[in-house]
Amino acid sequence: MKIAPNVSPVKRVPNFEDGSSLRIPSLKILNQDGSVVAGAPLPDMSRAQATKIYSDMLYIRLLDERMQSAQRQGRLSFYMTCTGEEASVAGTIAAFGAQDMVMAQYREHLVLRYRGFTTAQFMNQLFGNLDDLGKGRQMPVHYGSRELNIMTISSPLATQIPQAAGYAYGQKLKGKDACTLCYFGEGAASEGDFHAGLNMAAVHKTPVVFVVRNNGYAISTPCSEQFATDGIAPRGLGYGIKTIRVDGNDILAVYAASVEARRIAIQEQRPVLIETISYRLGAHSTSDDPSGYRNKEEEQIWRDKDPIQRMKNWMIAQRWWDETSDSDLQKSYRTEILAELKLAEQRDKPPLGDLITDVYKSVPSRLLEQFQALEAHIAKYPDHYSV
Amino acid sequence: MANSTVREIGNEPKSSKMNLLQAINSGLDIAMASDQRVICLGEDIGHFGGVFRATSNLQKKYGNQRCFNTPITEQGIVGFAIGLAAQGSMPVAEIQFADYIFPAFDQIVNEAAKFRYRSGGEFNCGGLTIRTPYGGGIDGGLYHSQSPEAYFCHTPGLKVVIPSNACQAKGLLLAAIRDPDPVIFFEPKAIYRASVGQVPEGDYEIPLGVAEVVQQGTDITLLAWGAQMIQLMKAAELAAVEGISCEIIDLRSLLPWDRDCVVQSVRKTGRLLISHEAPLTGGYAGEIAASIQEHCFLSLEAPISRVTGLDTPFPLIYEKHYLPDHLKIFEAIIATRNY
Repeated sequence: MKIAPNVSPVKRVPNFEDGSSLRIPSLKILNQDGSVVAGAPLPDMSRAQATKIYSDMLYIRLLDERMQSAQRQGRLSFYMTCTGEEASVAGTIAAFGAQDMVMAQYREHLVLRYRGFTTAQFMNQLFGNLDDLGKGRQMPVHYGSRELNIMTISSPLATQIPQAAGYAYGQKLKGKDACTLCYFGEGAASEGDFHAGLNMAAVHKTPVVFVVRNNGYAISTPCSEQFATDGIAPRGLGYGIKTIRVDGNDILAVYAASVEARRIAIQEQRPVLIETISYRLGAHSTSDDPSGYRNKEEEQIWRDKDPIQRMKNWMIAQRWWDETSDSDLQKSYRTEILAELKLAEQRDKPPLGDLITDVYKSVPSRLLEQFQALEAHIAKYPDHYSV
Repeated sequence: MANSTVREIGNEPKSSKMNLLQAINSGLDIAMASDQRVICLGEDIGHFGGVFRATSNLQKKYGNQRCFNTPITEQGIVGFAIGLAAQGSMPVAEIQFADYIFPAFDQIVNEAAKFRYRSGGEFNCGGLTIRTPYGGGIDGGLYHSQSPEAYFCHTPGLKVVIPSNACQAKGLLLAAIRDPDPVIFFEPKAIYRASVGQVPEGDYEIPLGVAEVVQQGTDITLLAWGAQMIQLMKAAELAAVEGISCEIIDLRSLLPWDRDCVVQSVRKTGRLLISHEAPLTGGYAGEIAASIQEHCFLSLEAPISRVTGLDTPFPLIYEKHYLPDHLKIFEAIIATRNY
């Protein structure tokens, strides 16, 4: 048995460490008015890239507004928005390559947009129609795409965290110039899988970048009832993982941290943890109503820190953007989103046969028997079961 | 409510109209008021009252030491509750959806279920109750629809209870909380608000392990539990039109289950149909069918029929096709009669 050498310094008084000497600062580059924080170096971001990032954040804001209304109109069973946290997602994904795997939670649909998921593809999943890559099997917002290297979302929390550690280990074994980008929320970080995943990633030195979106709430439960520390970042240190905390509403801070995180993951072949501090401006989901557990004043404080507005202010100050371009872009996105929504909700359902495929690689004979009995039953009552 | 198995505590004849959620809330309220040792814990159950509002106002009434939010960690919630119970409390832990109970599987199956046995009776966690909403019918797809009762019924040391209406929910919950063994209490969320009935306002218990014969009949016994009872009742109405008299049993407790009640019924009717939402293979209907053929072999006129979900994960778009609805049950009744 190998015994790790004890390298701890020695002390003679039984005073306990309480962590209070450790204050993890938050990286900040942009002020809300778009000016740059004095002394903060700007990350290398071209106008074209800045425009893409900004446009995708704006797109997701508009998509979320539209689909939330569609749910309210009864056209959609369920929806979840990313509102308020767009920079935490856009700033991270923008620092990664198309070859990097993404394993997300459920509030990071901006990564799909960034990698080219089309409006029609979003809509097809949301309506579970014939063209949904997931074959109409999962609730809305459970996207995924092999082509885009984005693992299909699963509702159970934190399950993707140890999986991301393993996926990254596989990338390492194959000597790939690729890593895994793993998203989750501060609430999910309470799950056992978080601890298992971070520890294994650290022990096995896997190239995975963990991004914890600390948005203040897990459904109704505030951070203060989720953990006793000031956030998730200290846990990264506890597992021996290089860690940074960033202002999650500051696109440049998130991007700068993410570029460095990817460099560490790939070059040093070890995991990294980024904690983005932000706020879930919307409800947890369309099944939730935050008015029962928080007040408008608190929400307003964070509305005033809007990450999209902050980036826009910076872009305008750079003379890379103006209000006319902004309203033109909004108009064209709104038109496209509405048009694709209408098309997708009219598309047919997937074939009934999709009910039994993919349970296994091939359909077991007993399941086929069950399906044939179902078909015969439906044939007897065609009006009761629409196909 | 005129059920001889209901044990009224005190003389509180007053009843009022409640839905299933309100009945559970009332049961928790009474349990907490009548015994200081009862403690509610779970995700979002405090100030917010739970995502379905089953714990509304309990924190306000009993304070945040006896009704509180937990971090999102099912294994933590159940392990914590086991410790509380071992120390002498009566924790009622909520798992937000039964689909999310699996991180706590080890704590439930290896710990709660074996706590007394492995210590030779030195220790127990019998005060533990785990409440969790289960079942389909809410467009929940794979992870907000499952019926995982069979996994737990395969574990000696646990009790498993599933109410089918508001009155049962309250009486069974009070019995579960006060039962000296750990109980998993599955709540049929699809009918949380739809199931409305007269419920006694006061304290009462419905004993665990006792089934309820909800309709007498002569030709076939229909057996189910939870939300599936509604489908049985509808199918029995269709069968009645065809001149088939159905005896309907609501099992209420799955572990232990009331075998005598079912045996007695099947000896009379000669036919048995069991229905559950969970997949066929390894489902709890299999266990019941095996026991009944052992005890009623010579009375059976037809094979025992199982009407269940398919052997697939719970679907979304084709939920309606997947579920064992009244029409599938009706067809199975006819097939069993014509065997």
